[in-house]
Amino acid sequence: MSTRTILDPTGERTLTERARLARPAALEGLTVGLLDISKPRGDIFLNRIEQRLSEIGANVKRYKKPTFAKPAPVDLRHEIATECHVVIEALAD
Amino acid sequence: MSKPKLPDGFVVVVKRDCETCQTVVPVLQQLAAATDLTVYTQDDPDFPGDPAAIYDADLSVSWHYEIETVPTLIRVVEGEQVDRTFGWLRTAWEEFTGIDGLGEGLPPMRPGCGSKSVDPDLVDELNVRHGGSVLRSRRIEVADAEDEIEMMFTRGWTDGLPVVPPTEQRVLKMLTGTSRAPDEIVATVPPDLVDITVEKVAISAVMAGCLPEYMPWVLTAVEAVCNDEFNMHGLLATTMPVAPVLVCSGHGTRAIGMNSGINALGQGNRANSTIGRALQLIVRNVGGGRPGEVDRAAHGSPAKLSFCFAENDAESPFGSLAGQHGIEPGVDAITVFAGEGPRGLVDQLSRTPESLANSLAAQLQVMHHHKLVLSFDAILVIGPEHARVLAGWDRDRILFELHMRLTTPAAELERGADGIAEGIPVGMSTADLPKFHPDGLMLAYAGGGAGLFSTIIPGWVNGEMGSKPVTRQVRY
Repeated sequence: MSTRTILDPTGERTLTERARLARPAALEGLTVGLLDISKPRGDIFLNRIEQRLSEIGANVKRYKKPTFAKPAPVDLRHEIATECHVVIEALAD
Repeated sequence: MSKPKLPDGFVVVVKRDCETCQTVVPVLQQLAAATDLTVYTQDDPDFPGDPAAIYDADLSVSWHYEIETVPTLIRVVEGEQVDRTFGWLRTAWEEFTGIDGLGEGLPPMRPGCGSKSVDPDLVDELNVRHGGSVLRSRRIEVADAEDEIEMMFTRGWTDGLPVVPPTEQRVLKMLTGTSRAPDEIVATVPPDLVDITVEKVAISAVMAGCLPEYMPWVLTAVEAVCNDEFNMHGLLATTMPVAPVLVCSGHGTRAIGMNSGINALGQGNRANSTIGRALQLIVRNVGGGRPGEVDRAAHGSPAKLSFCFAENDAESPFGSLAGQHGIEPGVDAITVFAGEGPRGLVDQLSRTPESLANSLAAQLQVMHHHKLVLSFDAILVIGPEHARVLAGWDRDRILFELHMRLTTPAAELERGADGIAEGIPVGMSTADLPKFHPDGLMLAYAGGGAGLFSTIIPGWVNGEMGSKPVTRQVRY
């Protein structure tokens, strides 16, 4: 029997693996970004998180996606990456 | 395999299994004596013998020079074909070669025979042998003992149903359905944002079960879905059960046999089922949008296998959905809409447009939730019998009458009203609020001739915040 051949239906991407940063031992003195994805009641959750983080000496910065229905704009992602050590994203409802 | 170069002078392609080729052997002898003649034979290396022939055993010369009839006589200058004639017509051959008195005693004309290179039993194999190099995709060998259908399940390339193995033969055949080059980039497919070529679209079209003539529709659907306006990434990532709904219109829908009549939104029609399926396979395999990964739908929907149908725009009393989006009548087009599965709407007793409009509006108001307004669009697919009840109203009138009935005092929609926590934020408005934005309600005409029903296709988050319907003219 002859060998059958089919064509690869995938995008044939070559993936670039990037290692995650090490998890910090403590948040004290670090800048923590809180990303609100614009879902209802996400702000209630993040307000409480901000309060708790401030109590342990973290410097909190708040960010918001224009809409939960689309990926965060590249400029916003860049802003968070350059301004924060850690980011927490709120999925709510 | 590259195109063979022809020797200068005259080239003739013949086969023994052709009476006309046998008839012209004396003519070939005359030409061989008087000119530079090269004979290629397709089926028998010893034919014609005198003059001697080169055996086109793999039909490479015949395929590359698109020989459809034998004998074909070609004039070659500096390796390039400049002219050709085929069959036997004495006057044509004499004029072509500049030699008089060819084939004395032969009949003045005799039609040629089909070239072996266009034999239906061979043509697919020849396309792969000589034309397969246009395909850039990685080749994957399937072991003798392996079942290719099971193998594609194992690799995660299916939507849960078997797919047709995308062999080179099948993909090349699929590519005959479009004039676009196989390496042309069609779109960038979310969520992984991978550029997709016409060839990769053809591979998914084969897997989905499409015919080549569906290709322009699949290509147009891919273009319509892969852009920021439509937001396919959002459709995948949402927990709501939404899919790209393809609404097709124009004469081309009938030319490829799409269904706009009985069971138009259901199963059983190859074009309806496979065009939508090809798009979903592309989102899965090229874009990387798989359930449980970026696709986070809480419940999903059978519409995510394929949701594609044709409008009966030829008989519609109120034009087409494509027309509502600015496409001229008679132009083939697809509208993609971020929609849920269809739900039926029953009113078998209304006999006046006003009564039916009241009925339709009441059901549209409760779509998703009767207290949620302006966030979602909808397509209302009106069946022929309901359209007959609405006779006398054109599209603008139907939409006007529905919108007029679809407003609610804001206080009744607020969170907490009616003892229901769901609703609009308290104090958002003091006015009456419409259910839909002015362009958020769309009409299509489809369905079987019996049944006083229509169907609602509810939408997902609309506009800039979510997804906008996109209408594209089909590009052939």
